[in-house]
Amino acid sequence: MSDSTLYDKVWDRHKVTTLPTGQDQLFVGLHLIHEVTSPQAFGMLRERDLEVAYPELTHATVDHIVPTADQSRPYEEDAAEEMMAELEQNVRDAGIDFSDPTSGNQGIVHVIGPEQGLTQPGKTIVCGDSHTSTHGAFGALAFGIGTSQIRDVLATGTVAMEKQKVRKIEVTGELGDGVEAKDVILEIIRRLGTEGGVGYVYEYAGEAIESLGMEGRMSICNMSIEGGARAGYVNPDETTYEWLEETDYFQNNPEQFAELKPYWESIRSDDDAEYDDVVTIDGSSLEPVVTWGTTPGQGIGISDPIPSPEELPADKQDTARRAQEHMRVEPGETMEGYEIDVAFLGSCTNARLPDLRRAAEIVEGRQVHEDVRAMVVPGSQRVQKTAEAEGLKDVFEEAGFDWRNAGCSMCLGMNEDQLEGDEACASSSNRNFIGRQGSKDGRTVLMNPRMVAAAAIEGKVTDVRDLKEVTTV
Amino acid sequence: MSDDVEIPEVDYVSGTGIPIRGNDIDTDQIIPARFMKVVTFDGLGEFAFFDLRFGENDEPKEHPFNEQRFQDSSIMVVNSNFGCGSSREHAPQALMRWGIDAIIGESFAAIFAGNCLALGIPTVTADTETIQELQAWVDENPDGEIDVDVEAETVTYGGETIDVTVDDAQRKALVDGVWDTTALMKSNASEVRKTAQDLPYVRDDQIPDAAD
Ligand code: SF4
Repeated sequence: MSDSTLYDKVWDRHKVTTLPTGQDQLFVGLHLIHEVTSPQAFGMLRERDLEVAYPELTHATVDHIVPTADQSRPYEEDAAEEMMAELEQNVRDAGIDFSDPTSGNQGIVHVIGPEQGLTQPGKTIVCGDSHTSTHGAFGALAFGIGTSQIRDVLATGTVAMEKQKVRKIEVTGELGDGVEAKDVILEIIRRLGTEGGVGYVYEYAGEAIESLGMEGRMSICNMSIEGGARAGYVNPDETTYEWLEETDYFQNNPEQFAELKPYWESIRSDDDAEYDDVVTIDGSSLEPVVTWGTTPGQGIGISDPIPSPEELPADKQDTARRAQEHMRVEPGETMEGYEIDVAFLGSCTNARLPDLRRAAEIVEGRQVHEDVRAMVVPGSQRVQKTAEAEGLKDVFEEAGFDWRNAGCSMCLGMNEDQLEGDEACASSSNRNFIGRQGSKDGRTVLMNPRMVAAAAIEGKVTDVRDLKEVTTV
Repeated sequence: MSDDVEIPEVDYVSGTGIPIRGNDIDTDQIIPARFMKVVTFDGLGEFAFFDLRFGENDEPKEHPFNEQRFQDSSIMVVNSNFGCGSSREHAPQALMRWGIDAIIGESFAAIFAGNCLALGIPTVTADTETIQELQAWVDENPDGEIDVDVEAETVTYGGETIDVTVDDAQRKALVDGVWDTTALMKSNASEVRKTAQDLPYVRDDQIPDAAD
């Protein structure tokens, strides 16, 4: 076939059979597991007297509950220790590789897979975590699954799935100064809605996407799920291959790189591939986007007014009204100047090296606002180590940021890093749902990492492009 | 040894209803993350919608899950994009353990619907108006019986039968009792190995021996 999408091609290569339900049984090329969603699945396996079918294609990490300050064992919190111990036991019994905190390779599951070269074009990748869509940045078919499906994958190496439609999202032009991948995806979700992608997989294309590095592509694919799409991907290209070549996997198996490249090339969407839908966005017209509400679709350009609920489609009005009440914002205002108490630079969306580097450029020579507690949580131990070697840690600490160990941290508040009371947080993460950051009255404003840095310094949401030059003494 | 798991057919669900209004109700609202520090799903039921049900000092707030009249309800009626957000199966597990057997709504987030299916919980859809009417009726008739016919794609309540939509694969899986896919997929183990062998990136040493 010469008119297929990457999605079609990778799907077909992994399809084992069609099940009686009409779903396809797909072979899983990489199964990533973590401590929150896997223990029950291992439990079900034990109940049924089943074993892990493909341990060699399974990889574990710990991210959601790890403390980001004191990581000595046993963890201070009993529940966290119990989850960690359970995971250790399960992976040991099954013979599964584990990037544990003593390995120097631990981190958020969607950061470490690409880092180690486990994530590759043309693989099917699943994980009991919705942001598995991140791995699509490499041209993999990657989606989040629930715990019962984790049981299926552990027991059989396969998952039952229904094929989705493919929407091509073409972002044309060049992104303006201060505009990042994060702004592109927030804009896409704002336009298409949080449920616009239900039933679809998103293929991101166009000049603005192709000119992004892998980290930017990951930020975009990461939030596909926020737009309702189960998965998102970018066709692999030279940028992808350059990243892969540097990873442990291909450093250790250099012959595989040459062997696999033709496969990677072959699964790219054909030029005349047919899509179920095509959406075009002019990337050059974007400005930094921030959210004003409590869903990732409630975003606006930094200089745009917050919409009045009446202007929105009928089914969005009620949610908007409640969101504005929760966030305490008024229609007609911009988000600029919205006071914040916390700045969180972290998560699988934006805690990779270039994210930290860009934010550090903003922070350098400045001081965090006296009313703000600001923290940086690197996405992985490797990111952390490199950032420390580069001096980024010092830059952040001198400015008054707290420099933490790798994990999910305040992205979802499952460890000790949480919002308190009605604190407002400038966050580089992906979800602003009520209660998401650990306090049900907490208020989250999503933005790109440089915008988080600017907000930390000014104590309020600030257009990073307007920050005055630092006058060095 | 492993094939003795009974998978019930779910062609029909009946019970009384409970309305949960609002679009985009995400899984963080259905089960806040702090209740997920567990290694089993047991006992999650009491934490369903916790932050919407309880205030600062755990004093109960107004919420259908707190209302006496809905305590025996098993059919939840929701609006659009229900269950968006994370992939946590803890969300449908909490609802199921609270007592929910079926959900009728305008639309569902994909992973959430998949997770419900894996538990044998139908997620049935209808248009906005139909849903609002049903929610209003449930409010008036908390003891009124609702019958969800998964196979015929209808919902009957108050002497009226309306058409609803059940996703094809979901309907088949529920009605034929094949929604728990583990045993079914395991029986294809040799085809799975063949698929794996044909993939350029899977090394032979990563494929376990056939002897099972
Ligand atoms: S960083 Fe946040 S979104 Fe990413 S895996 Fe962790 S909790 Fe999920």
